[in-house]
Amino acid sequence: MVVLIIVMSVMSPTFFTSRNLLNVVKQASITSIIGVGMTFVLITGGIDLSVGSVMALSGTLAASVAAADKNLPVFAAILAGAGLGTLCGLINGIGVSYIGFPPFIMTLGMMTIARGIPLVYTNGTPIFGLSDSFNALANSRLLGIPTLVYYMVVFSAAGYIILSRTVLGRQIYGIGGNEEAARLSGVATAKLKMLVYVFSGFLSGIAGILICSRITSGNGTVAQGYEMNAISAAVIGGVSMTGGYGSVLGMVVGAMILTIIQNSFDIMGVNSFYQDIIKGIIILLAVFLDLRGKKK
Amino acid sequence: MELLLRMQNISKSFGTNQVLREVQFELRAGEVHALIGENGAGKSTLMKILMGIYSADSGRITVFGKEQTFESPSQALHAKVAMIHQELNPIMELSVAENIFMGKEERRGIFVDKKKQEEKTREYLGMLGVEIPPGTLMKELNVSEMQMVEIAKALSYGARIIIMDEPTSAITDSEVEKLFGNIRKLKEQGAGIVYISHKMNELFEISDRITVFRDGQYTVTAETKNVTPQRLIKAMVGREINEIYPEHKSHAGETLLSVKNAGREGEFKDISFELHRGEKLGIAGLMGAGRTELVMALFGARKLTGGSVEIKGEAVDIRTPRDAIRRKIALVTEDRKLYGLNLIGCVGDNIVSVVERKYSKGIFHNRRKCNGLAEDMVKRLSIKVTGIRQITGSLSGGNQQKVVLAKWLLNEPDIIIFDEPTRGIDVGAKTEIYKIIEELACEGKGIIIISSEMPELIGLSHRMIVLHEGRMTGGLDIDELTQENIMTLASGCGKGDA
Repeated sequence: MVVLIIVMSVMSPTFFTSRNLLNVVKQASITSIIGVGMTFVLITGGIDLSVGSVMALSGTLAASVAAADKNLPVFAAILAGAGLGTLCGLINGIGVSYIGFPPFIMTLGMMTIARGIPLVYTNGTPIFGLSDSFNALANSRLLGIPTLVYYMVVFSAAGYIILSRTVLGRQIYGIGGNEEAARLSGVATAKLKMLVYVFSGFLSGIAGILICSRITSGNGTVAQGYEMNAISAAVIGGVSMTGGYGSVLGMVVGAMILTIIQNSFDIMGVNSFYQDIIKGIIILLAVFLDLRGKKK
Repeated sequence: MELLLRMQNISKSFGTNQVLREVQFELRAGEVHALIGENGAGKSTLMKILMGIYSADSGRITVFGKEQTFESPSQALHAKVAMIHQELNPIMELSVAENIFMGKEERRGIFVDKKKQEEKTREYLGMLGVEIPPGTLMKELNVSEMQMVEIAKALSYGARIIIMDEPTSAITDSEVEKLFGNIRKLKEQGAGIVYISHKMNELFEISDRITVFRDGQYTVTAETKNVTPQRLIKAMVGREINEIYPEHKSHAGETLLSVKNAGREGEFKDISFELHRGEKLGIAGLMGAGRTELVMALFGARKLTGGSVEIKGEAVDIRTPRDAIRRKIALVTEDRKLYGLNLIGCVGDNIVSVVERKYSKGIFHNRRKCNGLAEDMVKRLSIKVTGIRQITGSLSGGNQQKVVLAKWLLNEPDIIIFDEPTRGIDVGAKTEIYKIIEELACEGKGIIIISSEMPELIGLSHRMIVLHEGRMTGGLDIDELTQENIMTLASGCGKGDA
């Protein structure tokens, strides 16, 4: 990432301004928040494809709460959105841990369902006229720094601490490394596996609220493809798709790298179609370097 | 009589472990030649070399009078050499006919000629006197039927050398009769059968000649009618126990564990024994006798379906490994890679994985304490690592095994179960593990040991129970612990039968 920042600074003088750098962090914020949940799930050896859709679903619900009664405290909207996200995560978790759906299938189903519900609910038209306090969630500044940056720091730090400092976190790595060995060591593997999906769902709910606040409307079509952004960020940051390995910090760096590329291409005026091509190449390159490193 | 196969001076090593040392084997047309020996004697390895699954380090193989080495099982099959593996590996979701013709499908243009395949399948199965509709899916068959399909597959290649690796390990007596009927039929048609088995009575019923391997070496070939079971057993186990086992210093104390009529459906039945403090109890048996299944159930990894377990005189119901851990039972599993270790995690994390909950500060992992515990264990068991952050998968087998041991010892267990404690580790590391086991017994822990290496089991145990096909065929005290006695019980004969 350091190399990338230096290269970009040389190539484009506007890149290395504090304003633009803050902008990068802000853009990376939502990806990082869902990326934290994704990192947890990936480390257990699972995958959560539903995060983008769950964002849309919870964001829409939160927005409709915020639009229904302008005097309702914003907390009610947050609770509704985060609660719904958590519920989706719980369903994913039960499906994977106790019913035995493969994570890919379970969350693929959830992805499709959670995308459909808000579209049905809003009949495809965005919800406007949200309360000011709701809109302010993601569009204001505190001490001159966009609030989105704070959210990212808070959730990433929480994720980092849980994963690296708590017993729960150690056990999550244990499951991904060798689930049977973890079970035989007395780890409640099924419960823990469920919990990581619940956590991912909760964070998707939060991210959904933030994205709807940012665009000041509730809309079932938001956050299309965000699951892939989260997975890309994690993978670029060195999180293993087969589980047992990776860190929240790495994922955040991955999210930054993705955003820096996008940001600098925007500044340089590169066609967005090319951006996709480059993104894809970078993902493959990151994993390739990782594989090479492991062989040694 | 025509010689179908001659293997001369075959040697093979896996890493530093030499599994075959200049062995020889030959097979005539129209004979059943049994190949016997203890687990790990090299029987299956030799046959896998013939089939092209492994390649020999040295030696000559002559098949049908021509010196040749197969590169792959498919090449061997096309050359009319087939092997029926102990663990059948059919494609469950495909039909019987599709399984038989896998890789040599009858075609019409680019399409599979299903009708022709099924017709031919019916013909092959008919030769074996089996009536299974060719369109049946493999998953609907029982083990014996699958085996017949495998044999039919061998016939479909016109196989003249057929290797059967423990074909009767999973089928019933009447099915065995049917199998033997078919083996005799194949013999009459001029095929040669290599028959690998542990079961004495079967060998005498079906084989014409018997070759014995011991520790990767050829010992003897004899006409079946000229030998006795006793002679064979002696040939299989006749070696001195090396002086690498520590002296028994511990003495049996109070009863720790008492198991009564334990059973688990389809796996084992009516197993009763007691384990005392300071005692080392061996569980002997051949592969598939139910030893691992029994200890897995005692540990709560699977459920007992019958019988009762008492620990220190108190009836307990152990349903999960967590229960077992709480009751101070430890299980050092048979397969480190599958059950024992997180190989991509570091040594320290593995060592504390059982106890980290106990030492946590609230929800937080107590890193300093855990690192300290791990460091202590590394020292106590002299595990060779660059540091506790080294990735476990990069350690040698012996050191990996010590990591597993360390993880359990931290929980200060009363009962420690060792399932194949020295599999895949070198002699030096083995000796160290033996010493540790003896020390644990001296500390008053109850030890259960499963091992397929007979000398190891004898060298380590105070007492032994022997299982045969999921049943306890007897118990042996320290002065009765001879390989002959164990083999006799393990192959299903009662005490004093042989």
